[in-house]
Amino acid sequence: MMKKPEHFKEKPLVEKQVSGKQLNRRNFIAFGAFAGLSAVGYGGWRALMKAPLEKPGITAGRSVPLRRALNQNELFMRRLFSRNHLVKTYPVNMAAKNVRYNSDVGIAGKFNPADWKLNVKKKNGQTVSFTFDDIKKLPKTDIVFDFKCVEGWDQIQHWGGVKFIDFLEHMGLHDQTDAGYVGMMTPDKQYYVGIDMPSAIHPQTILAYEMNGQPMPVEHGYPLRLIIPVKYGIKNLKRIGEITFSNTRPPDYWAELGYDYYSGL
Amino acid sequence: MKIREKHTLAMRWFHWLNFPLLLIMIWSGMLIYWGNDTYTITVFGHQFFKFFPEGFNKFFNIPSRLSEGMAYHFLFMWFFAINGVAYVLYTLISGEWRKLVPHRSSFKEAWLVLLHDLHIRKTAPPQGKYNAAQRIAYSAIIVMGLGSLVTGVAIYKPVQLNWVVWLCGGYHFARILHFALTIGYVFFFVIHIVQVILAGWNNFRAVISGFEIVKNETEVLTPETTNDEKA
Repeated sequence: MMKKPEHFKEKPLVEKQVSGKQLNRRNFIAFGAFAGLSAVGYGGWRALMKAPLEKPGITAGRSVPLRRALNQNELFMRRLFSRNHLVKTYPVNMAAKNVRYNSDVGIAGKFNPADWKLNVKKKNGQTVSFTFDDIKKLPKTDIVFDFKCVEGWDQIQHWGGVKFIDFLEHMGLHDQTDAGYVGMMTPDKQYYVGIDMPSAIHPQTILAYEMNGQPMPVEHGYPLRLIIPVKYGIKNLKRIGEITFSNTRPPDYWAELGYDYYSGL
Repeated sequence: MKIREKHTLAMRWFHWLNFPLLLIMIWSGMLIYWGNDTYTITVFGHQFFKFFPEGFNKFFNIPSRLSEGMAYHFLFMWFFAINGVAYVLYTLISGEWRKLVPHRSSFKEAWLVLLHDLHIRKTAPPQGKYNAAQRIAYSAIIVMGLGSLVTGVAIYKPVQLNWVVWLCGGYHFARILHFALTIGYVFFFVIHIVQVILAGWNNFRAVISGFEIVKNETEVLTPETTNDEKA
C-alpha cells in the first residue's frame, strides 16, 4: 500500500477524562436543545402546512408563504432569462406524428371558424381586429422543439406560424411591447393566460396555425394558438380570441388553481 | 470516565437539518412525480415493478396534488441546497474531509467491513472516525446530493440553463437521473437506519451530544497510523 500524502492524514479524535456529572450535564444540554429545536422545526412545518390561503385574485389556491416563495423564485429566475436563451431545436423528422394534447378547456363548445377573428386590445383601450388571412400573410416561422408539460411529459413537436414579435411589428403594434405583460384568452373566455413581456417577445414564441406542416387540428387550438417554448404547456393557449397588454399580471387560468404564475422554463 | 469528541456541533447541525429537508424534498417530489408517473423496471419487455403501485398512491393521498408538490419543492430546494453547500464548505475548511473522503484502499476495505457486518468475518479493518464503507457511503451521498441539485436545475429551467441540461445528457435523462437518485436516498436511508440501530446507543448519542464514551480504556485510537504502518 502506498503511503498517504501528508495532507490526506486524518487527525485522531480528541479524548478526555470527564466526571459522570459533567457527562450528564452535557447530555442534558444536547438532548434538550435537540428536542427543543425539533419541536420548533415541527411547529414551523405545521404552521406552513396550515398557513392561510392567499386572497384569491390573479393567483389563488396556494398558501400565502408558498405563493410568496413562487413569486420570489420568479424574480430570481427572470434575471437569468433573455431573448438570447434559445430553446433547443430538432430536425423535422424527429417531430411526433401523434401530437399529444391534454385538455379542451376553452375550446370545448361549438365553433364556427368563419366567425373567428383575433381582437387585440391596445393599452389605450382601442381594439384592433385581424382575420385569419391577415395573419397568414405574415412571414411564416417553423419550430421543432421539445414541448414540456407541467405534469412531466415532453414531446418533440413541429409547429408553424408567425413569430409574436413579427406579428406585433407588422401590425404596427410594436409600441405595445413596453407593457409588462401580455394576456391571451379564448373566444369563450374559459381559458386565459398571462405572459411576461420578455417571454412573449422571445424569438421562438409564435402564434401557430400549422402543426406538422398541415393546418392545425381543432383539438390543438385551430385556427390560432400560442406556442411559447420557454413556458410549460399550460401557458400555450389554444384558439386565441383576444390579446391584451398591461403592466399588471393578466388573469391566468392555472395560476388561479395554485400553479406558479411564471411557469417559465 | 473517558470520552472521545466525535462530531462537532456544525456536523450535527448539518446532519439533523438535512434529515427533514430530504424528507420534504422526497415527499413533494412524489407529488410532482404523480402528475405523470411513467417509470417502471422493465427487463426484456417484462414489467417487474411500477413506481408506484396504485395502492401506494391512494394510501398517501397523492393524486391531483401536482401544484402543491411543486410549490413545496421549489421552496425547500433552496434550504436543501444551502445546507448541502454549507456542509461541503465546512468539511473543506475544517479539514473534516480527511475523515470522509475514501482512500485508495477503502474500496477493498469496505468489502471486509461488509463481511464483518454480516458476521462472516470476525475482525474489521482498522479505521479512523469512519470506516471504509462509511467513507464511501457518506462521500457518495454528497455526490448524489450534488447530482440532485444539478439534474433538478436542469429540469426546472431547461431553457435558461440549457448548458446544464446538456451536462445531464438531455432533459429526459436528467429526469430519470433525478428520480433514480431519489430512490437511491431511500435505499441509503434504510441501510443507514439499520446500521445506526446495530451500532447502538453510544454511536447514536454522538450525533446528538457530540461525544462517545470510550468503553475500553486501553484501546488506543490512532486512526491513520494503524493503516499506514501496516503498509
